[in-house]
Amino acid sequence: MISTTTLFGLSSAVLIGLGLFGMIVDPQPLRKILAFNLLGGGVFLLFGVIARRGAGAGLGGDPVPQALVITGLVVAFAATALAVALLLRLFQATGQTALDEAPPPAPSVDP
Amino acid sequence: MMQDPSNLLVLALILPVAGLLLTLVMGGRYAGRITLLLAPVGLAVAAALVVSVIHTDDALIYYLGGWIPPLGVALRADGLSAIFILTTAVVIGATGIFARAEFCVPPGQPESRISLTFWALLLTLWGALNLVFLSNDLFSLFVALELLTFSAIPLVCLNGSAGMLAAGLRYLLFALLGSVLYLLGAVLLYGAYGTLDIGLLAERVRPEPVAWAAAALMTVGLMAKTALFPLHFWLPPAHAGAPAAASAVLSALVIKASLFLIVRLWFDVMPALMNPTAAQILATLGAAAILFGSVLALRQARLKLLIAYSTVAQIGYLFLIFPLITRPESVSFAAADLSTELVAAVVSTSAWSGGVLQAVSHAFAKAAMFMAAGLIAQSLGHDRIADLSSIGRALPITVLAFALAGMSLMGLPPSGGFAAKWLLLTATIETGQWWWALVILGGGLLTGSYLFRVLAPALFGARESVALRVPVARYREVVVLALALCSVLLGFVRLGAFDLVQIGRLAKAGMGLP
Repeated sequence: MISTTTLFGLSSAVLIGLGLFGMIVDPQPLRKILAFNLLGGGVFLLFGVIARRGAGAGLGGDPVPQALVITGLVVAFAATALAVALLLRLFQATGQTALDEAPPPAPSVDP
Repeated sequence: MMQDPSNLLVLALILPVAGLLLTLVMGGRYAGRITLLLAPVGLAVAAALVVSVIHTDDALIYYLGGWIPPLGVALRADGLSAIFILTTAVVIGATGIFARAEFCVPPGQPESRISLTFWALLLTLWGALNLVFLSNDLFSLFVALELLTFSAIPLVCLNGSAGMLAAGLRYLLFALLGSVLYLLGAVLLYGAYGTLDIGLLAERVRPEPVAWAAAALMTVGLMAKTALFPLHFWLPPAHAGAPAAASAVLSALVIKASLFLIVRLWFDVMPALMNPTAAQILATLGAAAILFGSVLALRQARLKLLIAYSTVAQIGYLFLIFPLITRPESVSFAAADLSTELVAAVVSTSAWSGGVLQAVSHAFAKAAMFMAAGLIAQSLGHDRIADLSSIGRALPITVLAFALAGMSLMGLPPSGGFAAKWLLLTATIETGQWWWALVILGGGLLTGSYLFRVLAPALFGARESVALRVPVARYREVVVLALALCSVLLGFVRLGAFDLVQIGRLAKAGMGLP
């Protein structure tokens, strides 16, 4: 019989694996951003598992990881917002959402 | 002088944040003035921090709210942090003066959004850098790194052109992968050892699979942020395309923050894990970065891209310190009882000093070079290396600054770069690893070649006069020259820097404990 902690631990490993795969392999920035969220979800779930496992007597869980997960979620949310905003601006400027391997543009020193 | 020198740590963090809040309240018209007023104060705080660390001859520790780890969070400044904080204050101040012409709102003109954005981001960047150098627990460091990334990326795409948006997005994707890997490593460490405080972890971490996995994840994540070969693809377009003032800070300081963290991780958080194999792998990547970055720099057609590839190469030198600090012959390869065998990391002073000196002198030199390239690009309207002929006659101070900074990068005496490379070479001989000496010397030759490509026509080109499209303000040239001179003059202060780097480093017992 598999315990809840192990089950969640394995799920988090799966999420981390899927997210890493997506971030490295997928060429589309939007999919990379989604994969980043999947990966982040896996890490936070793992932290939750660690909190549960480290529960002391009478406590439901170790409170430190819970506090850190909340901070981490806020940071990941901000990162996603920044990435999506950049992607939207890129789409408005070029009409596409792909990052091609074109050489970088000349510096915009012209007024 | 204040009563308690550890208050300086708080001051170093509060100053930029207070400036940022004030900027947001007062608006873009005053943003530049606020930053320029804060810069000397920040410099004074950084100098006071260095003096007190030398004076107390130990790391300064500040417990937030008086809570002692593992319950609370500590700020800690050892010699290494103090050096980096001082460097940051100098470069940020110089960048502020340099950027005045571009980003300050002249009286009588409507306030622009780009002005507010630039100064607010510069202050955020400064605060985030100080937080990276002062934090003493892995989660605060994660937050500091994220703050740094979020302030660096908008600086890259400040002009909003499509190419720069793409460069910023690519940078962000690399940085996000890096930070989530770092966080995963930190989570694993917490799960195994029940703390994130660096001092406590240093006592608890043992060489076992979970620590190895955490170390690998965190190192790879930080490598992506440092742009170490082969994770450097985002750097050249991002650093070359950003406005000159932004490129200077990004290349000089931002990548050093994650590098600082790799060093802290291996030598402070997990000294028990440091072993020759890991050190040789890191240094091999560094050597590849030196050769690859230099050769690509040789092939660039544009000045700013050349400088950006030069950054990729110069980062490589900093990774050579790992095998030089951990001497292979002092370690026995008793694989049978590896878990009980504590790896004796014999600290090599010259490698430490050489590495730190390389980081600091590169920071000054690279900031000066990017600013000089920015002035050249602004005055000519382009930065094609082929058309820089005899620019030295039109902009003598700028080209002199570029040449002095280049001297430091190449490692010509008496510059800071020379002292750094000399110390590293000495360390390779001391530890009997001559192959790294070849890499250092070869890298120096390649650096000389790509800088010669720029400087030879710039100084000795055809005798025709160059027509400048835009005149360059004298004070901006002087700022660039001052930074380049800092980089050169570092070669003379190296003896003093020896001791400072080691303060708070060797006496690790009891660190983080009351």
